[in-house]
Amino acid sequence: MSSITTPNGFSVDNSGRRMVVDPVTRIEGHLRVEVNLDANNTIQNAVSSGTMWRGLEVILRGRDPRDAWAFTERICGVCTGVHALTSVRAVEDALGIKIPANANTIRNLMLATQWAQDHLIHFYHLHALDWVDVVSALKADPKATSALAQSISPWPNSSPGYFRDVQTRLKKFVESGQLGPFMNGYWGNAAYLLPPVANLMAVSHYLEALDFQREIIKIHTVFGGKNPHPNWLVGGMACAINLDGPLAAGAPVNIVQLNLVSSIVDRTIAFIDQVYIPDLKAIASFYKGWQYGQGLSGRNVLAYGEFPVHANDWSDGNLMMPRGAIVNGKISEVLPVDLRDPNQVQEFVDHSWYKYPNEAIGLHPWSGITDPDFRLGAKTVGTKTHIRQLDEAAKYSFIKAPRWRGHAMEVGPLSRFTVGYAKGMPEFKEPVDKLLKDLGLPFEALFTTLGRTAARGLEASWAAHAMRTFHDQLMANLRAGDLATASTAKWEPSTWPAEAKGVGQVEAPRGALGHWVHIKSGKIESYQAVVPTTWNGSPRDPAGNIGPFEAALLNTPLADGTQPLEILRTLHSFDPCLACSTHVMAPDGGELVRVQAL
Amino acid sequence: MTRSAVVVGIGNILWADEGFGVRAVEALNEGWDPGPDVHLVDGGTQGLGLLPVVEDAGLLVILDAVDFGLVPGVLMVATDDEVPRYLTAKKLSLHQTSFQDVLALAQLSGHAPARMVLIGVQPQDLETYGGGLSPAVAARIGEATDHARAHLADAGFSLMPRNTGSDVEPLGPVAVAMPLYERDTVSPDISETAP
Repeated sequence: MSSITTPNGFSVDNSGRRMVVDPVTRIEGHLRVEVNLDANNTIQNAVSSGTMWRGLEVILRGRDPRDAWAFTERICGVCTGVHALTSVRAVEDALGIKIPANANTIRNLMLATQWAQDHLIHFYHLHALDWVDVVSALKADPKATSALAQSISPWPNSSPGYFRDVQTRLKKFVESGQLGPFMNGYWGNAAYLLPPVANLMAVSHYLEALDFQREIIKIHTVFGGKNPHPNWLVGGMACAINLDGPLAAGAPVNIVQLNLVSSIVDRTIAFIDQVYIPDLKAIASFYKGWQYGQGLSGRNVLAYGEFPVHANDWSDGNLMMPRGAIVNGKISEVLPVDLRDPNQVQEFVDHSWYKYPNEAIGLHPWSGITDPDFRLGAKTVGTKTHIRQLDEAAKYSFIKAPRWRGHAMEVGPLSRFTVGYAKGMPEFKEPVDKLLKDLGLPFEALFTTLGRTAARGLEASWAAHAMRTFHDQLMANLRAGDLATASTAKWEPSTWPAEAKGVGQVEAPRGALGHWVHIKSGKIESYQAVVPTTWNGSPRDPAGNIGPFEAALLNTPLADGTQPLEILRTLHSFDPCLACSTHVMAPDGGELVRVQAL
Repeated sequence: MTRSAVVVGIGNILWADEGFGVRAVEALNEGWDPGPDVHLVDGGTQGLGLLPVVEDAGLLVILDAVDFGLVPGVLMVATDDEVPRYLTAKKLSLHQTSFQDVLALAQLSGHAPARMVLIGVQPQDLETYGGGLSPAVAARIGEATDHARAHLADAGFSLMPRNTGSDVEPLGPVAVAMPLYERDTVSPDISETAP
């Protein structure tokens, strides 16, 4: 090929110079991206490949369904809680287990906490360095930085002395040569647009966010017994509650701990609204002209819905974060989503390193197959152990290609906010409109890399305030005398049907996550997980539709044709997590980033 | 000066020998009572999530599978400044980069552990998804925990052996603790298809 138009409407041309970024850094897991650049260093073709295989589905077969969560939370380091929650929901759905009101509220609170924490970490520690030049921060005037910080937020850590201290620490750190997370940055690249003062402010908040994230996760320790790897339970939550009980290891959660949670909730709201959101706006104001990375956003988006108000009710009206799909850019119409319908969510593998008996068709996860088949296309450059260039006409990724009614779909905070906006829900529409107005940007600007990053910030604020709602709900219910946190009525396998199927859904921080389980004679017969990065990092499908990462990279110019800074910026805006979507098989990485021009 | 110590096992138990660190800290917990000042942590592959665990530790003991290009099962011990260098000597899995970042960030934010010890094993098999430890690696768990205890003792933390038959609070769910996990393990053979 040289130039073609894909069925989902993208013009793709692979005739230009090929650039390989492998692995993409500052993400979980292994992702490889190849792009073709034209003479102006603008991306005309993009190929996203998960280079690791993950066989969770295979190792869960035959296990006790009540234990599945403990395995699923190990498939990824940063997504532990969301996989555990999805898994217990899938098993409860299959077996018809109803959870008590407190368990629902505690799960909502823990998930909202996870959103706030993940979004915060993502913005400051994984994504900010795509916009913020750390080295430039060393040149900033602390006094001017202080003036900038005080002009945008009442946050107290904003004196000239404070920023001078941070600058001194940063300088020492950089001079020590132990750059750690700042290694391999493209410092000085012309695509960095912030003045030194904004860079210093952002780096200071990078450090503050680091301190704060350790506070916020204490909520998981309270309700999950420990962290990392809190405890989850089919039928509810593993924590007993006794408001007046003693504070002791192993004792039920008491009022002292619940008050600690409440104070963390308040501090989360303050940090997000007074630091994260003002930083986001300040940074965005310098990048307003960088309108790239639309991809499928605003066109094909999917949200499973989340945060049931009442326990055990997954109907549309009971979900605080709405469910729905938008296709072909018709924002006026939110389509209903049913994860059980065999014609809606389907996974294809004709471009993935798996095999199906018939690869022209997609399989619903309840009939899913995970059978690896590592084969390279005829036009691959290199060998199986050292691929120099992938052949995207053939199989090229360990990520399957999930489709919703045949459409490639983007998932994540921007998709969730788009569905909420399209439904006219003020809690999503108003903050979006306000942000756009404050920045002087049109509605379409929402559907960009910058918009994806902004939506995550708005959602972090939404989640922080939701944490307050959930904590208040929990306290009210406990004070009314309802202390139940778990139902054990159907704990024993003797109470289960001989065969049952269930689906568990969670809107994970990075997007829609589903586990489909089939239980037979008390054991797991089959298990399939379709994770957010499977949706976003999807390869092509039999019809030739490209996936969200691929679409979002198209038409982006690189300021420096040898540095993939803009590629990282757009990929990071999705908060990719490849550890979940694929699994290890790649040979030793050796170098951190290999950028090859062929 | 050293008020508390942390022993953290890192790695992914679902990837064969990648699980060594977690299995070793489990074994330490099985056999020894850590007392109030020593924290035994199953760190898994949590990246930045481990920052609160390591910060301000008087002594941080890291148990991990690290590729030194040696014979499988060889144990090695690194201390203090050597630790970050060893962790990146030859990157073989994802968590090592992020754990090195965790240590760097702890330093940047002024909360670096006062002292560090890395006890690493040379893995044999990192590719069998759902697999357990290979025999050469599993055989070194006892020795690795001996090293950990010796370093703890040097820093003033002497662990007492648990009484036989006493109830041990496990570090994590028993379904994924070593005995049950390895008993029920079924792994697909995909070694032929590795890129």
